[in-house]
Amino acid sequence: MRDTDWEGVRLHVVTGKGGTGKTTVAGALAIALASGGRRVLLMEVEGRQGIARLFDSPPLPYTERRVAVAPATGTLPGGEVDALAADPEAALVEYLEMFYSLRHTGTAITRLGVVDFATTIAPGLRDVLLTGKAVEATRRRSGGRLRYDAVVMDAPPTGRIGKFLNVATEISGLAKVGPIRGHADTVQSVLKSPQTAVHFVTVLEEMPVQETLDGIVELRGLAQGGLQLGGIMINMVQHEVLGDEQLHAAAAGKLDEHELDLGLKAAGIEDRRGLARRLAAELAEHARESLAQQAQRARLSEVDQPRYELPLITGPMDLAGLYRLAAALRDQGAA
Amino acid sequence: MPESPPPALEVDRLLDDPRTRIIVCCGSGGVGKTTTAAALGLRAAQHGRHVVVLTVDPARRLAQSMGLSSLDNTPRLVEGTQVEAAGGSLHAMMLDMKRTFDEIVEAHADPDRAAQILANPFYQSLSSSFAGTQEYMAMEKLGQLRRADEWDLIVVDTPPSRSALDFLDAPQRLGRFLDGRLIRLLTGPTRTGGRAYLRLVTTGLSMVTGVVTKVIGVQLLRDVQTFVAAFDTMFGGFRERAEDTYRLLQAPGTAFLVIATPEPDALREASYFVERLTSDQMPLAGLIVNRVHRAAAPQLSAARSLAAAEALDTAPSPAGNGHPAGGGQTAAAGGHGRRGGRRGAASGQAATATRYPLTVTALRLHAERMQLAERERRLEEGFTAAHPGIPVAEVPAQPEDVHDLDGLRAVGGELARGVRLS
Repeated sequence: MRDTDWEGVRLHVVTGKGGTGKTTVAGALAIALASGGRRVLLMEVEGRQGIARLFDSPPLPYTERRVAVAPATGTLPGGEVDALAADPEAALVEYLEMFYSLRHTGTAITRLGVVDFATTIAPGLRDVLLTGKAVEATRRRSGGRLRYDAVVMDAPPTGRIGKFLNVATEISGLAKVGPIRGHADTVQSVLKSPQTAVHFVTVLEEMPVQETLDGIVELRGLAQGGLQLGGIMINMVQHEVLGDEQLHAAAAGKLDEHELDLGLKAAGIEDRRGLARRLAAELAEHARESLAQQAQRARLSEVDQPRYELPLITGPMDLAGLYRLAAALRDQGAA
Repeated sequence: MPESPPPALEVDRLLDDPRTRIIVCCGSGGVGKTTTAAALGLRAAQHGRHVVVLTVDPARRLAQSMGLSSLDNTPRLVEGTQVEAAGGSLHAMMLDMKRTFDEIVEAHADPDRAAQILANPFYQSLSSSFAGTQEYMAMEKLGQLRRADEWDLIVVDTPPSRSALDFLDAPQRLGRFLDGRLIRLLTGPTRTGGRAYLRLVTTGLSMVTGVVTKVIGVQLLRDVQTFVAAFDTMFGGFRERAEDTYRLLQAPGTAFLVIATPEPDALREASYFVERLTSDQMPLAGLIVNRVHRAAAPQLSAARSLAAAEALDTAPSPAGNGHPAGGGQTAAAGGHGRRGGRRGAASGQAATATRYPLTVTALRLHAERMQLAERERRLEEGFTAAHPGIPVAEVPAQPEDVHDLDGLRAVGGELARGVRLS
C-alpha cells in the first residue's frame, strides 16, 4: 500500500470555479486513484456530459460504464475507472424502487413532471438525490467486497458547493420529518465522515483563488459538523523559464535588448528590425503574468491545506494529458 | 485563409447608438462576463451615456472598484469615473434576489397578505434558493430598471448558470411552475375543475399525491398549499411579467453579446448560446472573445524561433561542461552545431551552455506564444465556420487581473479596438 495524503477517504468531492478544469482534474484524480489495480467510479451531477467529452466517449447513460484503464505501476496491476452521469430523475425513481417498491411509478412520475415539481418546491431534494447516489456507490458491495475502492464526484462549482453538501440542513428547513429527511440524514452522515474529502480546483488567477479561499472558509464553518476539507489542486501551472532576478527585470521592462539582439544575430536571424524589442515585450508580459501567479500562490499557501500542482497541458486535453496529470497527482501524494 | 474572416463587432458603434437601451452579456462561467459588462458600461458612460450596470455575482475586488460593497439592490453612482466632462454617468448595482422577490410580493398584495406570504417557510425557500430564482429576479430587475427609464443604457451580466440557457428559461419556468396544473391539483382540486382534472384523477391523482407526499413529506406540502392560497391572486401577474420580460429581451433596443474565451468548452457554450438566441429571435449583436493571446513579434514563426533557440542552445561547448568560451562562434555556425551538441545531463542547465541564455529563453517563449495564438485562431475559426456572419471582437489577455477603473477603462479600449489581427 502506498502512503498517500488521503488514506481512508473513499468519496472524493471535487469542486472549483468554472473554467479551472474541475472535470479534468476529477478525471485525473480518478485515474490516479485507480492505479494499482483499484476500481474507481467517476461521477458527474450537472448533466453537462463533461466526462464523456473528457474521455472522448459517447454521452453517458444513467448506468456505470468503463471509460478508462489506469496504467500498471511497477509490480502493481492497472486499475479501472467507470463513469456515471447521475441525474436526479433517475435517482428518484431508483430511490422509490429501492425503498418503497414503487417499481412501476417511474413512467407516471416522469410524465406528470413530479420530479420537476418536487425538486422545484424543495431545491435541496435534487442535491440529496445526487449526493445520495454517490453515497450509495461508495457503500455498494458486490461479491463480498466493496464494488468501488473510491468514488470521485465532479461536483457543482465552488459557489454552490456548501449548499450542495449541506443537504440535511437544507432539507430540514423544509421537511422536518418524513422519508426524505431520513434519507438526507443518512447521506449527511457519510458526507460528514472521514470517508469523504472535498478538494478545490483552482488556477493561479485572482478570482478563482478568491473563490477557493471563500469556499474553504465556508466549508470550515460546516466542518464543525465533520465535513473534511481536502487538497487544493492548482491546475494549469506553467513551468517558469526565467530566474527570479530576470523575472523582476523583465517585468520592470529592464531587460537588455542589446543582449537579445546579439543572440538573435548569433542565431543567424537576418531580418531583426524591432525583433529584440518585441521579444522583450513578450518576456515582460510573461514576467508580469508569472509574478501575478506567484502572488496568488502565496495567498493559497496561507491556507493550511495540502496543495498539489498540475502542469499546464498545451494543446487539446486528451488521454495522454490526463495520464500526465494523474501521474503528477500520484507523485505528490494526492492518490 | 480558407474561410473569410467574420465581420468586426463595432463596440463603440453599438454603445453610441441611442437606440441601444439594453445590453445583455451572456456566456459560460469564468469567461469574464462581469468584467466585460462593467467595461462596456464605463466605456458607454465615457461616450456620454447614462448607464446602469446590473451585476449578479461580481468578484469582490471588481465590485469594490465600482464602489459596490454589499448586496444593495439600488443603483449607486460609481465615483471616480471622470465621465462627467463627456456628459455621461455610470451607476452600478448588485442584485439581491430575495429582496427583489419580496418587493414584487409587497407591490402586488395587500399588506396583510404580503406579510403572510413573506413569513411562509416555502416562500422563504423559494425566494432564496429555487433554481432559477436568481435568473428570474435578474430579468425582473432588468424590467424594473427599463420601466423606470432613468438610464438610457442598461448593461446586464447574466447569472453564472449551470446551463447556458437557464436565464432564458427561468422566467417562464418559474411562471409555469407557480401557475402550473400540478401545483393546483395538489393544492386544491376545487379550483381546477373541468375535464383535464377528471382525466388526471383517473390516471391516478392519488398515486401522484402519494408519491409527492412520500418524497417531500406532508408538512412541506401543507406549507406549499398555504403559500399557494395566499399567492393565488398574484399568479396571473407572475406569468404576465415573465412574458413581458421575455418580449423586452426580443425588442430591437436590446443587444445580446455572447462572451467566450478561446477555449473549446467556452466556445462550445458560445455556440449553444448563439443557436438558442437565434431560435428565440433574440437580437444577437456579436461574440466577444476574451483573453486572446497574441505574439508581439508575429513575423518570426514558431518553427524558426525554435530552430534559432536550438542553434544557440546546442552550441557545442566542450563535452557539455557548460563552459561558455567560444559559444558565440559556434552558435554562429547554426545548424552545424545541432548534431554535435550533447543534451545529456547538462540539458537542464541549458542556460549555462550558451552565451545567450536570455535570447534562448525569449525564443522558446515566443515559439510557445505563436503556437498558442495559432491554436486559439483555429478554435475561433471553427466557431466562425459554424456561425458565419456573426460579428466578433477580440480582447487580448491582460497579464494581471482587472480590479480597478483604470483596468476597466483599458478593457473598454480593447473592446472598442477589438478587430481581429489575424
